[in-house]
Amino acid sequence: MRFVDEYRDPAAARGLIGAITELAGDRHHKFMEVCGGHTHTIYRHGIEHVLPSTVELVHGPGCPVCVIPMGRVDDGIALAETPGVIFTSFGDMMRVPGSKGSLLEAKARGADVRFVYSPLDALRIARDNPDRTVVFFAVGFETTAPSTAVTLLKARADGVTNFRVFCNHVTIVPPIKAILESPDLRLDGFLGPGHVSTVVGNRPYRFVPEVYGKPLVTAGFEPLDILQAIHMLLLQLRDGRCEVENQYSRVVADDGNQRALEILAQVFELRPHFEWRGLGFISQSALKLRPEFAAWDAEVTFDVPGVRVADPKACQCGEVLKGVIKPWECKVFGTACTPETPIGTCMVSSEGACAAYYNFGRLHREVSVTLNAR
Amino acid sequence: MCLGIPGQVVEFLDEHEHLARADVAGVKRVINVGLLEDEALQLGDWVLIHVGFAMSKIDEAEASRALEGLQLMGRAFDDEMAALQASPVAEP
Repeated sequence: MRFVDEYRDPAAARGLIGAITELAGDRHHKFMEVCGGHTHTIYRHGIEHVLPSTVELVHGPGCPVCVIPMGRVDDGIALAETPGVIFTSFGDMMRVPGSKGSLLEAKARGADVRFVYSPLDALRIARDNPDRTVVFFAVGFETTAPSTAVTLLKARADGVTNFRVFCNHVTIVPPIKAILESPDLRLDGFLGPGHVSTVVGNRPYRFVPEVYGKPLVTAGFEPLDILQAIHMLLLQLRDGRCEVENQYSRVVADDGNQRALEILAQVFELRPHFEWRGLGFISQSALKLRPEFAAWDAEVTFDVPGVRVADPKACQCGEVLKGVIKPWECKVFGTACTPETPIGTCMVSSEGACAAYYNFGRLHREVSVTLNAR
Repeated sequence: MCLGIPGQVVEFLDEHEHLARADVAGVKRVINVGLLEDEALQLGDWVLIHVGFAMSKIDEAEASRALEGLQLMGRAFDDEMAALQASPVAEP
């Protein structure tokens, strides 16, 4: 119980762990946490070591940087290397390897690549550089997509004509569906994502219990939140209930953020299909700019290569993202692939399962193994 | 990028542009509050901020818990705060 003492309310945590152990009984339970933020909490706080062996957490695809396929990184680099372009990106994307290196390496070769905190920063750079074209590399689930949408509306309202968006926004429901359809994995339930649900709400997850017969509990990011959500999942299983529940109601409203959803619908439409790293092509799983925003759409105004590139053979990010293997089961984990020299996306982002495990979980696991051996 | 960082609204700047100033872990930042139009934000309210946009209204207890959790993240949080501080985001 070494970890539990560090939790905000150790007594409550102990109580929950006891109740979880009792409810789980002898049966093995496998729950997927969809969100990379949860994966980070789980490894950071050694949650897998305080849970009974009958409760296994597998990590899902909810890391926006991790799911971008190599071909899209190559497209971004091609845009960045176009003469006259200033290419802007969130810091997380800068080190993601494409087939010919990362954006950081493109910058070292002379491309004007700048990292920004917000899409509004990219718009500001466009205003300040009227003789250049500023492209923003938009990534993220519904958590960040509304920010891109607001920025585009502002670019249009203010007549900023040298601003472009290279849109790679993805949506949260289709990959959950893809995982439920996958024969590789037998899950007993889901910890639903926290922050993305502040936008989409809890209603879009109803298909999980209704169509696939699995419970889903939207969870917060503290260790106690995760434990409580697991407890709620086990209670549903015990009672023969199967529904969407909200453990994180102090932040997530069931209806989500209507204003953000309206703005998303105003600016974006669904792509017929989009490639996800590890999950392959998923239909209607990503957003593109509506035709009325074509003048700001990098994919319309530039000749983007759009070449599909297979992941490096050694990299098993795909299996990690589907929850089929754990980070340490990947052949190159911690040897050829580290946060300093990542081969796959899951080792780049702090929300990636491999990076979180490398930075925290690995040590916890070694400590636990040593303690158990005594 | 996906980290939601809590901030307290300390000043409304430009109603038309939906800009406000927030205190984010001691750093004063301009943020866009347009996505919380329906929440009737008041001075002193706490919000979760993603990439410069307030995405949800939270209470003070949640804000302090969230910040504590983020500080435990170490480098990921430091990077996010550094990015936020370096950002020229829409200073009117």
